Amino acid sequence: MSRPDPGASSVALCAAPQRGGVGVVETRVLELPDGLELESGARLAPITVAYETYGRLAPDRRNAVLVCHALSGDAHAAGLHTPDDRCAGWFDDFIGPGRAFDTDRWFVICSNVLGGCKGTTGPSSIDPRTGLPYGLSFPVVTLRDMVAVQRRLVAHLGIDRLLAVAGGSMGGMQALRWAVDHPDAVASCLAIATAPRQSPQAIAFHEIGRQAIQADPAWRNGAYHAGPAPDAGLAVARMVGHITYLSEAAMQAKFGRRLRGKEEFGYDLGNDFEVESYLRHQGDAFTRRFDANSYLYITKAIDYFDLGRGERSLAAALARARASFLLMSFSSDWLYPTAQTRELLRALLLNGQDASFCEIDSAAGHDAFLLEHERMAPVLRGFLERVHGRWTGGGDGGEGGVLAQGRKGPEGEGSA
Amino acid sequence: MSPSENPARADHRQIVRLVERRAKVLDLGCGDGDLLALLAREREATGFGVEISAAAVRACLQRGLAAVQGDIAETVGEYPDGSFDTVILSHTLQELADPARVLDEMLRVGRDAIVSFPNFGHVAIRLSYVLRGRMPKSRVLPFEWYDTPNVHLMTVLDFERFCAARGIEILDREYLGGPFGRVPAVLANLLAETAVFRLRRRRYS
Repeated sequence: MSRPDPGASSVALCAAPQRGGVGVVETRVLELPDGLELESGARLAPITVAYETYGRLAPDRRNAVLVCHALSGDAHAAGLHTPDDRCAGWFDDFIGPGRAFDTDRWFVICSNVLGGCKGTTGPSSIDPRTGLPYGLSFPVVTLRDMVAVQRRLVAHLGIDRLLAVAGGSMGGMQALRWAVDHPDAVASCLAIATAPRQSPQAIAFHEIGRQAIQADPAWRNGAYHAGPAPDAGLAVARMVGHITYLSEAAMQAKFGRRLRGKEEFGYDLGNDFEVESYLRHQGDAFTRRFDANSYLYITKAIDYFDLGRGERSLAAALARARASFLLMSFSSDWLYPTAQTRELLRALLLNGQDASFCEIDSAAGHDAFLLEHERMAPVLRGFLERVHGRWTGGGDGGEGGVLAQGRKGPEGEGSA
Repeated sequence: MSPSENPARADHRQIVRLVERRAKVLDLGCGDGDLLALLAREREATGFGVEISAAAVRACLQRGLAAVQGDIAETVGEYPDGSFDTVILSHTLQELADPARVLDEMLRVGRDAIVSFPNFGHVAIRLSYVLRGRMPKSRVLPFEWYDTPNVHLMTVLDFERFCAARGIEILDREYLGGPFGRVPAVLANLLAETAVFRLRRRRYS
């Protein structure tokens, strides 16, 4: 598959391998036999966590960066699983020697989320009590639960405090959750193309996807593992998702009103337009790599996300965080528009917290966070160096590196 | 860029002198972060920037400075009272739609504020208008009437009167320009190209 161009590719689509990446990697597994008590109060045990790491943990253990994936991602963020792979990991453009998350400097970790279908325990995993896949008996999980599992993984890797938690979209929500739920374990939070809470519009699009899956007769209340999967429903869910990941301008540029393999309308109900073919292809491809029940559970977890819920305010929730924040949004992203990132920024500034923010001008819509690495990389690199400089005591953390000794105020170590 | 290369940035040196060692500083309209980098290097300041240009904000972040992209007048209102030692507005006051309100906000957010601006009372500017009958242009005011960002130009005298009337105390003043770089206060309104003021809210006891 050729390298995706802006506006054509989409979330977790194939990133063609580039020269100089992390090379061949393998997904590893951590078993948590005692599992976890979930936010809902239910207990889930055991839990398996699939993860990958790139680069080396420094002797002082202050160079670990956790990258969190979005709705359809997995632990395979960078590199190849075999030398002949045509697709690299989903964030390969950003992870590797000299890249935004420079594996010569940082120890990068990525794990599949709880509820997923790529190696971490989810609804398609076997329930040890029945010997059958969980299906709908899998408990509803939240982003807080996903982050709690990641916390166990990070501890297992011998890391008390992460240099950074980074992610886009749902990954950004996890990064925010990390900063608030585990303030002592996060030196910085990179929240990209995300929001302080899932908006009603974004919930609405998820609900269409869930309804499409549940309306598919093959879904059978989630107990489809012995028979055909609800591929038609899952494909529609993915098609709706793809529309929300693209901008109107990106669709104009990529497809226009061009017809697919014909000069004239078919005057039938078949496939006429390029954009239809694209969506159908994306939908079909998705059913080959994703589990419909996982889609239901993960979209639900995103919809539940509201950082200020149960708090006096969003600012009150964020005030618990001790991390430096980097917020990044994209001008044509209407799924998580800049205004929602600005709301996060306002809360952080109100608290006197260390926050940086930039909006990248891009026509690529929400997908931009996976595509605009040329403009994102210098920002990400500079920010990580600054945070590392501050943490390790005023070393060379860029030109602001002497800020490490910040003498007072909420930006100083341990005072927020 | 060294201050000598860009006359509009000659005020950076003076501003650095007026900032306390290890101060927590907010630079409004920070551009690429040159002043913040200078303050970090020479004053060990903890710096934060606000800048409207996306490319300039990215440049700040790339060099390890903290910055947020946003409109100055809007963003300065987001910070809590007294959250900075010094709030800086370098060569930008004259570009603001509501300079009085921004100054009030700077003095709320910072213990003190440092403001620099081009002096429209400079003799060359006066002569340019009077003798040539043209809108003035100079080293520090290089714009044509149709493309200038400067909507609130003022003289040193105007600004001093403004401060007196608004309960703003002038703690320090530096006047830049002329062959010696500095201009004595008595001649400032006529000879200063750029004025630098350190201000604070007057306290009545």
